[in-house]
Amino acid sequence: MDQSDQNSVPGLEAIPESATRPAQVKMPEPAALHEPERVHVTGTPIFDLQGVSIFYGSFKAVTNVSLTIYEHEITAFIGPSGCGKTTVLRTLNRMNDLVPGAHVEGDVTYRGESLYGKSVSPIAVRRRIGMVFQKPNPFPKSIYDNVAYGPRINGIHNKGKLDEIVERSLRQAALWDEVKNRLKNSGLGLSGGQAQRLCIARTLAVEPDVVLMDEPASALDPIATGAIEDLMKEIKDRYTIVVVTHNMQQATRVSDRTAFYSVLVNPESDTRTGTLVEYAPTDRLFGDPQDDRTKAYVTGRMG
Amino acid sequence: MTAITAEQKPDLREPKGWRRTKNRTMTALMVLSFILVIIPLAFVLITVIGKGASAISWSFLTSDIPPQTSPVGVGGIGPAIVGTLEITAVATVMAVPLGILGAVYLNEYGGRNPLSAFIGFMADVMTGVPSIIMGLFIFTVWTLHFGLSGFGGALALACLMLPIVIRSSYEILRLVPNSLREGSYALGASKARVTVTVVLPAAIGGIVSGSLLAIARAAGETAPLLFTIGAAHTTNTNVFSGANTSLPSLIFVNASSPYAGAEALGWGAALTLVAIAFILMIAARLVTARFARYTH
Repeated sequence: MDQSDQNSVPGLEAIPESATRPAQVKMPEPAALHEPERVHVTGTPIFDLQGVSIFYGSFKAVTNVSLTIYEHEITAFIGPSGCGKTTVLRTLNRMNDLVPGAHVEGDVTYRGESLYGKSVSPIAVRRRIGMVFQKPNPFPKSIYDNVAYGPRINGIHNKGKLDEIVERSLRQAALWDEVKNRLKNSGLGLSGGQAQRLCIARTLAVEPDVVLMDEPASALDPIATGAIEDLMKEIKDRYTIVVVTHNMQQATRVSDRTAFYSVLVNPESDTRTGTLVEYAPTDRLFGDPQDDRTKAYVTGRMG
Repeated sequence: MTAITAEQKPDLREPKGWRRTKNRTMTALMVLSFILVIIPLAFVLITVIGKGASAISWSFLTSDIPPQTSPVGVGGIGPAIVGTLEITAVATVMAVPLGILGAVYLNEYGGRNPLSAFIGFMADVMTGVPSIIMGLFIFTVWTLHFGLSGFGGALALACLMLPIVIRSSYEILRLVPNSLREGSYALGASKARVTVTVVLPAAIGGIVSGSLLAIARAAGETAPLLFTIGAAHTTNTNVFSGANTSLPSLIFVNASSPYAGAEALGWGAALTLVAIAFILMIAARLVTARFARYTH
C-alpha cells in the first residue's frame, strides 16, 4: 500500500493514518487505513441466502443472490436503482408476500430455519424481523400509541409496562428528549427526521432480532442522517441490521459488510434483472473491489 | 441605496395578452357558476323557511297529525318525526355496518378476485336502481307477507343506503396509503389487525361522513316508503308492526291536498326535515373532526 511515503517522518506511526493524510484525498480509502478491529470476526449467521431469485408474476426481478448475514453486524446493500436491493431486503421478512404475484426461488434461511417453509407464518417472521421504510410512515395516532402499537399487538396492555417500553424505545431512537412532553400529540406533526426516528422507535419497541432498513435516511437532511447513523451504530450490539442505501459514504460509515448489486440488461427482451455482484467486508469492498463493476461503482464512474 | 433605473427593474406584473384574458374569463365564469348554484339553494331555503317557520312550535312538533280538513294551526307532525327517526335509525343499523364491511372486503381482502369484482359491480348497479323500485321490491318480498310496518320502510331505505355506503367507504379506504399498512405488517400484525387498528382509524373520518350523507339521503326519501309503511296519524313507537309515517310521506300527501291547514302542516314538516338534514351534516362535521384529530 501507499503507507511508506506517508510515514516518512519517524515517530508518527501512533497517529491515525487519516490524520496525516492530505484533506483532498476522498473515499474510497484503502482497506489498510481502517481500524483493524473493525470486521473480519465472523459471528453467528442470521440469514443465509443460496441461489435466490425473486419474481413478480413472470418477471424475474432478482436472480442468483447468495450471501450470509451475521449477527450484531450492520450489512449494507448498495447498487444502482433497479438492482433489486430493496427487493432482496423485503424478502428477508416476507414483506414481498404483500405484493400480488411475488414469489421466491432458492433457499432463504433465518437462524437455520427456512423462511419460506410451508408452516412458516409471515406474521411470526415479521415479529422477529422488523423493518424501517424509506419514507417515514408514522401511523395517524399519537406518538405514544405509535410506539406502543407493536407491544399492544403482542398482547401487552399493562399501562406501566407500556410506559416503560415507550420511554426505552424512544430513548434508543434518540427521540425521547424531543417528544417526552408531547407524547399525546399526533405522530404526523413531527419533522421528517423525527418521524423516521419515531418509526425506528416503533420497530425497536417489539424488540426484534433483526432490523431491516430501506434507505432510512434518504429523505433526511445531513444532521438527521447523522443522528440515524449514530443510532444504528449504538444499537447494533443488540440487534442485527441490514440497510439498503444509495449513499456509499453512508455504507462506509456504518456498515461492517457491504453487498454490491447491479443490473443485468437483456437487450433481446428489454428486461432488467438485479443480481448480487460482490459481497465482502466493507473496507475490502471499497478498498479492493474484485469485480470491475464494483470498482466502477465505488469509485464513482458509474451509477 | 444605489439608484435603479426603470430599465433595470424586472417587470413582475402579470403579462398582458391572451393568457391574461383567458385567466380572467375563466375566473369570471367560475364565480358565475358558483352564483348559479347558490340561487336554487337559496330559493329552496327561503321558501321553506318563509312558509314553514310560522307553523313551528313545540306543540306542532309533538302533536298528532290532524285530519286533512282541519284549519291552520291545529295538530302537528309528532308521529312523522318519530317515524322518520326510527325508520332511518333501523335502516342505518342495517346498512352502515354491512356497507363498511363490504367496502373492507372489496379493498382489503378481495383484491382482484372475481367475487370481489362481481360484488363491486353489483353495488354500482344497485346505486342506479330507482328508489321506487326498491320500495316495490320490499313490498313484494316483505310487506305482502308481514304487513305494513316501519321495518319494511327501513328495509327499503337500507337497500338504498347500502351501495352508497359501500362506494363512499371503498373510495376512502383506497386513499389510505399502503405505507401505513406495510408499517403495521412489519411489526407482525395480522391482516385483520392491520385493518382494524390502522386502516379503519385512518379512514374513519371519510367513512363517517359518507355514511351520514347516505343517512341524510335516506331520511329524505319518499318513494321507498310509499308501499311499505302505510299511513298513521298517531305515534307508533313499535317499528316492527303496524302502519307508520314519516316526514317525506306526510309532505307528499299534504302537498297535493286542497286544504289550507294540511298545506301549512306540509310546509312545517318540510322545514323540520331540512333542519334534521342540517343537524346530521353538522354532526358529520363534528364526528369527523373528533376522529381526525391525529391526521393533521
